[in-house]
Amino acid sequence: MTRPMLAGTGDRPAGTPVLQARGVQVRYHEPSALSRLLRPQRSRRRVLHALDGVDLDVMPGETLALVGESGSGKSTLAKVLVGSIPATEGQVLFRGRELPARRHSATHRKVQMVFQDPYSSLNPRMTAGRMLTELVPERGQAARQAVLALLGTVGLGEDTVTAYPSQLSGGQRQRLAIARALAVRPDVLIADEAVSSLDVSVQATILQLLADLQRDLGLSLLFIAHNLAVVQHLCQRVAVMYLGRIVEVGDAQEIFGNPRHPYTQALIEAIPRMGARRTDAAPALPGEPPSPINLPSGCRFHPRCRYAQDICRVTEPALAPVEGAEPSGRVSACHFSSTIGSLARSTT
Amino acid sequence: MSSDEPLLSVEDLVITTRGATPTTIVDGVSFQVAAGGSLGIVGESGSGKSMSLRAIDGVLPAGVQVASGAIRFRGRDLLSLKSADHAALLGPEIAMIFQEPMTALNPTRPVGVQISEGPRRHLGIGRRRAHDLAVDLMRRTGIPDPERRVSAYPHELSGGLRQRVMIAMALSCEPALVLADEPTTALDVTVQDQVLKLLTTMCDELGVALVFVTHDLAVVRQTCRDMAVMYAGRLIETGPVDAVFADPRHPYTVGLMESAPDFDQPDRELVAIGGLPPNLAQLPPGCVFAPRCRYARPDCTIPPIALADIGAGRTSACRYHADFRSAVAAAVPGGAS
Repeated sequence: MTRPMLAGTGDRPAGTPVLQARGVQVRYHEPSALSRLLRPQRSRRRVLHALDGVDLDVMPGETLALVGESGSGKSTLAKVLVGSIPATEGQVLFRGRELPARRHSATHRKVQMVFQDPYSSLNPRMTAGRMLTELVPERGQAARQAVLALLGTVGLGEDTVTAYPSQLSGGQRQRLAIARALAVRPDVLIADEAVSSLDVSVQATILQLLADLQRDLGLSLLFIAHNLAVVQHLCQRVAVMYLGRIVEVGDAQEIFGNPRHPYTQALIEAIPRMGARRTDAAPALPGEPPSPINLPSGCRFHPRCRYAQDICRVTEPALAPVEGAEPSGRVSACHFSSTIGSLARSTT
Repeated sequence: MSSDEPLLSVEDLVITTRGATPTTIVDGVSFQVAAGGSLGIVGESGSGKSMSLRAIDGVLPAGVQVASGAIRFRGRDLLSLKSADHAALLGPEIAMIFQEPMTALNPTRPVGVQISEGPRRHLGIGRRRAHDLAVDLMRRTGIPDPERRVSAYPHELSGGLRQRVMIAMALSCEPALVLADEPTTALDVTVQDQVLKLLTTMCDELGVALVFVTHDLAVVRQTCRDMAVMYAGRLIETGPVDAVFADPRHPYTVGLMESAPDFDQPDRELVAIGGLPPNLAQLPPGCVFAPRCRYARPDCTIPPIALADIGAGRTSACRYHADFRSAVAAAVPGGAS
């Protein structure tokens, strides 16, 4: 089967990130400028920190997971990386060069996105063939060949060319959404909860497809998900977000085996498992994330943290290498990251 | 452990669409739930799991009807009750928790009023006591600051808190049976964990029976004692959760387990179920799963195929439930979806 040629990534040294976020902040003002104009007497300005200084490197050919509760800023970060919303501060670099918030077509193509609900992100009035023909760089007969090759790449039959999204099943629609993202030959594919709304049997096929694409095309995949069991299956590295900040990054196996941030630890404990029924009645993590308008003092996780000490209420920990951790470059934003693993073991 | 008569007994339930050419969407479903028991109904979208649950509550969507069968609650057939009598059971005897509390809660009334509405109507509690009861229920369901939140409107609460309000509402009259339809699907894992633990502990404490519909096997594993697997409107396997997980006796159950990632088995390869669920209007002959079954044998397409007792409180609709894995390679290979 012929596969469309994608921009090469394999020739780059593994040490140069494809895509980088540098100190990215996204702030919203509440109430908005318009409503302040309309009702100046109510104009107590509040700032919502959707992203509060995010540094993240996506390496060539890797599958990096971005996990965290809703409201942690995962999707906002994805939108900044793909260029659909501008960062208030900070930069997005593509192969070391800054990407402007308003992107022209050439750079825009390098980072593509697949969304959770393919039904609402695909044009219902366009056949799969037309949708893809518009996007591939080839023209004429070559375009048709490219479209067929693309459909083959995502495991859709040639007869899909004439199909409208409504004629496809949920899994096929998600395959089409992936084909559309691949049509412009991106280097980075961002999948935002791309398998969350699919039934398990279909989900498994899409996960397999993503793994194949990443391997065969040398794509970098940023996989945003709340289901850690899925992440564990697909991803090599994991970045954990909490309230607009990244709190831990590391190798997937190491992070799941030995989390070095209490939040990561709690996320892992909260996963429902197929093994024997657990009898502990206490939830893994009590409460919910606080409002991003009134951020807690010190470490933003301290109000929910079972290990919080005085220093945690005062000083915000930086995302720093974990002392004594594995050599894979684990970073954690916890004052006690080097001892948290042993704390966890002693409490369980 | 169950007394002579189960609390809830669904017998040969058939649900069809209305109209000139009705399509059967639930076909001959039977199950029982003992007082204080818990049953998880698992299946993919379109398997009929939610419809079966809604038939018990009498809230089937328009265009869908119960064609035949019986739903007995404490021995009374709910289907033959007048709607007013059925409605009188909802709340004090049977309560329901939905997936999206935002659509199930009334957006124009404070949550405290909605929580205490049942007790006021069914238990004749006065306004003052109803308020206290609402605060108490909210505290017991782990809603922080219940004195203030009792007068909050649904939109002022997070998804997790709204689901707690739903649970408080469902338990307000101390019903005998709670029906839960994907109550945690829209929630974060951490909040799902909180809500599941709250639901199971409260049901255990109050001796409430639970029927829990979900697509997530791991959730059933952690929440229920018995389980039933549905496919194309039929039950294909039932039994105690521990036994079914240890030794699934239907290829579809195996398929669900193999296609879902499990955190405790990171190295297990995910095996998708080939093909797509059948069109309910044109079901294949014989076993409805046979066209996708990798263990299918030639006679699997020959009727009758029925859910059969296989001992130890279990049933399976697979003719080869004891040894399907030992079958010669599949005669009917499944395609890719």
